[in-house]
Amino acid sequence: MRPEHPPEFPLAIHDLTVAYHRKPVLWDVELNIPKGTLAGIVGPNGAGKSTLLKACLDLIPKTSGEALVYGKPYEQQRELIAYVPQRESVDWDFPISALDVVTMGTYQKLGWFKRITRSQKQQALEALEKVGISHLAKRQISQLSGGQQQRVFLARALVQEAEIYFMDEPFAAVDAATEQAIIELLQELNSKGKTVLCVHHDLATVSRYFDYLVLLNMRVVASGPTSETFTRENLQKTYGGKLNLLDDVAQALKNVGRP
Amino acid sequence: MTWELLSETLRLEHYNTRLVVFGVAFLGATAGLVGSFLLLRKQSLLGDALSHATLPGIGIAFAVMAAMGLSGKSLPGLLIGASITGLLGVLLVLAIRKTTRLKDDAAMGIVLSVFFGLGVAILKMVERIPGQSAAGLDGFIYGKTASMIWSDFVLIAIILLITIIVTIAILKELTLLCFDADFASAQGWPTLWLDIILMALVTAVTVIGLQAVGLILVIAFLITPPTAARFWTNRLGWMLFLSATIGAISGWLGVSISALYSNLPAGAIIVITAAIIFLFSMIFGTARGILPRYLRHLQLQRKVGRQHLLRSTYEILENTQNGEPLKNLPISMDLLRQHRYWGKGELPRLIRQGRSEDHIERQPSGELRLSESGFGEASRITRNHRLWELYLIKYADIAPTHVDRDADMVEHLLGAEIVHQLEAELDLSKSTIDSPHAIEPTELELQARPTT
Repeated sequence: MRPEHPPEFPLAIHDLTVAYHRKPVLWDVELNIPKGTLAGIVGPNGAGKSTLLKACLDLIPKTSGEALVYGKPYEQQRELIAYVPQRESVDWDFPISALDVVTMGTYQKLGWFKRITRSQKQQALEALEKVGISHLAKRQISQLSGGQQQRVFLARALVQEAEIYFMDEPFAAVDAATEQAIIELLQELNSKGKTVLCVHHDLATVSRYFDYLVLLNMRVVASGPTSETFTRENLQKTYGGKLNLLDDVAQALKNVGRP
Repeated sequence: MTWELLSETLRLEHYNTRLVVFGVAFLGATAGLVGSFLLLRKQSLLGDALSHATLPGIGIAFAVMAAMGLSGKSLPGLLIGASITGLLGVLLVLAIRKTTRLKDDAAMGIVLSVFFGLGVAILKMVERIPGQSAAGLDGFIYGKTASMIWSDFVLIAIILLITIIVTIAILKELTLLCFDADFASAQGWPTLWLDIILMALVTAVTVIGLQAVGLILVIAFLITPPTAARFWTNRLGWMLFLSATIGAISGWLGVSISALYSNLPAGAIIVITAAIIFLFSMIFGTARGILPRYLRHLQLQRKVGRQHLLRSTYEILENTQNGEPLKNLPISMDLLRQHRYWGKGELPRLIRQGRSEDHIERQPSGELRLSESGFGEASRITRNHRLWELYLIKYADIAPTHVDRDADMVEHLLGAEIVHQLEAELDLSKSTIDSPHAIEPTELELQARPTT
């Protein structure tokens, strides 16, 4: 056990480096995500935000370092984490219904060879109810809008009844109503003491959505409570010259510190 | 040839065709089932590489068995050899994929052709082994269905049965793998092993199919039935069932037809049968077929056209009268023509359609008048249009001068449920709503062409 990463942290990352074809994507990442936070991972395109999540979930090999979930490797703690991949990562033409996708969240507890029963379907339906689209349960997934598809993914994570939620850009290309519904759900999870880690793109909403922030650009530029971390200086370091080009960032900075 | 002979064959009245037909139909059903997952995993080409890579294994197995003093043509031995090099081919593709930056198609193309070439060379070499006749081994390339004997049939049936049982046992796991492998992996499912099991199932179907349809055509047996089935349904369970059925029917018809014309190779006929079913499904398939989709599109166009005509008429009535209630008076063709942009020949066509639907009638004077049902419909459509416009102005920040066009694109899709929501949202339930923007013919003539 490392003293700098005590086991009470839901996610502790030590010295993590990830490389694709020998080109490093993440360098020496050191992070502790405190329990019960709604944490955002923010950084420019290609900063390794999704890679960070995937490396923690053993979906891509780590070149070095480790990611600990409550002090233990991920493979011993799988049932504590629910993962919401990017929406574009799957083929939405797949011949299944919204309910079928959400039911997949129950497979882990169900185990090998077991058939899906009414009880799993019921759990899935309740999760769809929570995200507000239970009336679309039987609909084939290609007939859902982008926002509805994202809600399906969220419902699949809710069904897992996990402690920690890993979300890869849940707000990407969704309508305003869905964005609002998702953030309300995340805040509700948060209020129940769950930890949420969310890759995020839109700087304008950072201070409103997240109470903890990780600024990432291949390495961790800064991390900590949003009120301390979301500063002009840190953003400048994260986005470099690109920052000046973005009009909405100026707007975002005006909002720093506002509730 | 007589019809009696045809029906006798299709009804399996000859012992030897019966055996072959059962075997191949069973194979077709299994191929349809396993092939569905191969297709959904988007690995169809890998299946092709696999089948071509079985050829060297057949030659090598023949040589090994001959060297051991056994009969070189024992089917189980040949199939084991085929499986080994087939899987080797797949592993090689995976290794190339992992270690180099070659794209998948290149890796598969290389493996497929190299293994096949190797196989052809080995078959030529083993022909020279003394005391053994290698004649007929090349039947595995194009298939030689008619040569199936009872012991072959038993072997085939057992392997296929195991394949089906395994597939059904891990249906849920395979579905998860095919839909979202990353999620499966994060949940702790061994996706690598699931992929290997899937490839093993495909291998089983492939090597069994070698004898019936040959290694070149077996991929069609795996891929055509599920693609055809997909046109009929959006549900996986149905797709699997239909795919298996289509596979079985292709096998049964293919073998029967080739048994009648003994010089026609069964493999080719099976694939052609499957292709005909595929073509039929592509055109008529109820879920995604071309024709049903086209008809749905036509239907929508008709609906959009009807709404344009009725709403235009209603707006003209509003413009030409003052004072409530609105009276259903005849209007002139000219007013209608100037009221909005109509495509070439669109207006006469819509009027014809409106008359056949009993929404609009032509007066003896040449003027047009809404029928009673048409008037009601026109009032409803106009109201919905304005509800939607108000919603766009209020919530989507669209300027009142632009809102007509945006509303035009979407309103045709509004169902009763959404209309109720709009009413609640806008706190409006009165039966007529004033347009949020001025309706003047001059402005409307400048309006862009409606898209829907």
